[in-house]
Amino acid sequence: MRFINQVFAVTMLNILNLPKRIATSTVAIVGVLSVVLVFAAVLSMAKGFERTMIATGADDVAIILRSGATSELTSGFSNEQTLIIGNMPGVLKDGDKPVSSAELFVVVDITKRSNNKDANVPFRGIQDGAFDVRDGVVLVDGRMFETGKNEMIVGRGVEQEFVGISVGDTIRFGLVDWQVVGAFEAGGGSAESEIWTDVRVLQDAYRRGNSYQSVRVRLESPESIDALKEAAEADPRVDVDVSSERDYYAAQAEGLSRFIRILGYPITFLMAIGAVFGALNSMYSSVSARGTEIATLRALGFGPFAVLVSTIIESTLLALVGGLLGGALAYVVFNGFRVSTFNGNSFSQVVFDFAVTGDLLVQGIVTALIIGLVGGLLPALRAARLPVAQALREL
Amino acid sequence: MKYFGLVWKNVWRKKIRTSLTILSVLVAFLMFSLLNAIGQAMTGGGATIESARRLVVIDKVSLINLLPIAYGNRIAAIPGVDKVAHATWFGGYYQDVKNQFGQFPVEPEEYLALFPELEIPDEQYRAFLANRTGAVVGRSLAEKYGWSVGDRVPIHSSIWSKKDGSQSWEFDIEGIMENTSSGGSDAMLLFHYEYFDEARRGGQGLVGWYTITLNEGANPVEVANAVDAEFANSPNETETSTEAAFAESFMEQLGNIALIVQLILGAVFFTLLLVTGNTMSQSVRERISELAVLKTVGFRDRTVLGVVLAESILIIVIGGGLGLLLGWVATTALSSAFTAMMGIGLSLSTGLVVMGVGIMIFAGIAAGIFPAMSAMRLSIVDALARR
Repeated sequence: MRFINQVFAVTMLNILNLPKRIATSTVAIVGVLSVVLVFAAVLSMAKGFERTMIATGADDVAIILRSGATSELTSGFSNEQTLIIGNMPGVLKDGDKPVSSAELFVVVDITKRSNNKDANVPFRGIQDGAFDVRDGVVLVDGRMFETGKNEMIVGRGVEQEFVGISVGDTIRFGLVDWQVVGAFEAGGGSAESEIWTDVRVLQDAYRRGNSYQSVRVRLESPESIDALKEAAEADPRVDVDVSSERDYYAAQAEGLSRFIRILGYPITFLMAIGAVFGALNSMYSSVSARGTEIATLRALGFGPFAVLVSTIIESTLLALVGGLLGGALAYVVFNGFRVSTFNGNSFSQVVFDFAVTGDLLVQGIVTALIIGLVGGLLPALRAARLPVAQALREL
Repeated sequence: MKYFGLVWKNVWRKKIRTSLTILSVLVAFLMFSLLNAIGQAMTGGGATIESARRLVVIDKVSLINLLPIAYGNRIAAIPGVDKVAHATWFGGYYQDVKNQFGQFPVEPEEYLALFPELEIPDEQYRAFLANRTGAVVGRSLAEKYGWSVGDRVPIHSSIWSKKDGSQSWEFDIEGIMENTSSGGSDAMLLFHYEYFDEARRGGQGLVGWYTITLNEGANPVEVANAVDAEFANSPNETETSTEAAFAESFMEQLGNIALIVQLILGAVFFTLLLVTGNTMSQSVRERISELAVLKTVGFRDRTVLGVVLAESILIIVIGGGLGLLLGWVATTALSSAFTAMMGIGLSLSTGLVVMGVGIMIFAGIAAGIFPAMSAMRLSIVDALARR
C-alpha cells in the first residue's frame, strides 16, 4: 500500500511538472501521434477494400466462368451454354424459370475526377435476373434502362468518382452514344463501381454476337452449390468453374490488401522505432531535469522502485495521449474517404471507402503503449539508480 | 572549416541525446529512400529514355479491345513514322495462376527493331527466327523458373484458346534476352505472331496494340494526332500516347501512389524537424554562458549563428547519410523480392540521393535557425549574469 502511495505521489509530481517540460513532451507526443496516424491511414485502405469486396459476395449466389478463366474478362460462353447452366440442379427456380443472369463484361475508359485522367470502368451487360442474383441493389435515381435501347444505369461510386456520367448525361464510347438514365446503390459493394446496360445491346455495340462471359445464379441454399458443381462437371456440353460469389470476391481482394499490408506493417515498424528514440530522448531529459527532485524524494525515503515505475508511467501516458490523438485524427480525416483503385482481376476500377475500424485503432493504441514502455524503461532505470548524494550536491 | 573542431565537440556534448536524435534522423531518411524507391518503381516503372521516344497506339474505348492488323500499313504511311510493330496481350501463366508475366505474340524482326535495348545473342536470335513455335524470354524469368535454351515450356493462356479448344500453348525457348536500358524490365516472353494467328480459335487478324518509332525531328504530338485522325470515325478509333505516358497512366490507375508516399513522408519529416529542433534548443539553452564567453573573447554574432546552425546541419547530415546508406543496402537487398512480386526492381536513384541531401541541408537549417538566432542575439552581460 505504501508503495502504491509512493508511486502515485511521484507520478502526480511528474505530471504536474509537465508544463515545465512542454517542448520535449510535445515532441514525444507528436512522434507517437504520427506513427499511429500513418498506421491507421495506410491499413484503413486495406480494410476498406476488403470490406467492399466482401460486401459484394453472397453465399447463396454462384458465379460460373469458363474453366481456367482467371476473371470474367477471360471467360466466355455461348447463349446455349448459359441456358444449360441455368437449368442445372441447385439453381433456384422462379416457377419454371431459373433465377439467373448471363452477363457480358467489357471495360471502358472514363475520365477520373481526382486527376482528370482516363481509367478503366467495368461496363456490364445484364439480363432481367441481375437484380435477383444480387442482394441490396436498388435504383436510387432516375429509372431503369429500357431493353433494346442504348441506355444505361450507373453505380453510385462511378457517378461520384468519374466525370460526365451522372443521370441525364450522354456519353460516347467508340461510335455509340449512351444515355445515362438511372443510378443504383449496391450496399457499398463493388457493383457500385460498374455501369449496367441491357446485355443484348452491349453485345451489338461490341460486336460480340450472342456470347456471354459469366453466369450468376441464385442457389436454392448455400449448400446446393455442391450439387451444381457436380452437375456441371458431369455435363460434357459445358466446361466451367463454379464458385460461390463470396469466395470469388474474397480471392480478388486478397492480392491488393496483402500488398497494402506488406507495405503498411514495415512502415509502421520503422516509424515506431523512430518514435521510440523520440520518447527516449524526452524521458532522458525529463529525468535529468528532475535530478535534484528525484534525489530529494529519495532522501525523504521514497524507494527507487517507486521512482522507476512513475517514470515509466509518465512516458506511457505521453505515448497514450499521442496514440489517442493520432487515432482520432486518422478517424476524422480518413474514415469514409472515398477513392478508387485498379483491380487487376477485372482489369478495371473499384471504388471503395477507407475504413478506420475499431481493431485498427486498438492496434494503433497498443503500438503507442509499447513505444511508451520501451521509451521509458532505460531513462527510468537511470532515474532509479541516480546516486542521491551526488545529485543533491549539484544544487 | 576552422570551427569544425568546436562544432564537433558541441555535437557530442550530450552523447545520449545526440545519438538518439541521429537515430531518429536515420530512421526518417531510411524511410525516405525506401518509400521513394518503391513509389518510383511503381509509378515510373519501365519509363526509360527509350520509352519516351516511342508511341503506343491502342483502341480508344479500352486497351482490351483489339485493333485490325491492317492498321499497321496505314500507320507506317503516316508522315513522321519510322517503324511500326504490333503486339498482343496473351494473358498466360506458367504452371500456377500466381506465375503471371507478360507474353506477347510479335513479328520478331519488326518488334525487336523497335526495342534495341532487348539484346539477344545473334545465334539464339537466328534460331528463334527459324523455329515457328520458338520463343525468347527475359533472363529474370529464365532464372526464376529455371528455364534454359532448348526447354519446351507450357504456358496456359486465360484468354486465347487453340483451334482444338485447349488453352495450353507450348513454346521452345530459343533465346534468353537482356534489357540493357537502366530501369527497364526483361520479364517477358516473346513468340511468333504467325504461329499465334494460325493456331488461335478466334480473333484472326486482330492485334492488341501498335508501337511506333519516329523519324529524326518528327514531332511526337503531331504524329500521335495524325494517327488518331487517320482512324477517326472508324469502328476502331485509336488513342496514341508516348510509351512512358502510357505506362504511367496505367500505374496511376492503382491510385495516387506518389501522393500517399508524399503524405507519409510529410508526417515523418514534420516529426523529424520537431525532434531535431528540440535537441538544438535544449543544447543552446544549456550553453548560454559558454556562448556568452565565446562572444566575449571576440566571436562575431554571425559566427555564433553559423556555429549553432552548423551543429544542427551536422547532426542531420550524419543521421541522414547513414539513413541513405542503409536505404541503399535495403533497396539492393529487397530488389529481387520486389521483382518477384511486382515485376520490377528497386533502386536508389542518383536523383533521390541528391534530393535527400537537399532535404538534409534544408531540415538542418529549419531545425537550427531559431535556436541559432537566439544564440546570436544573446546579450553578453545578461547571459554571463545568468539573467
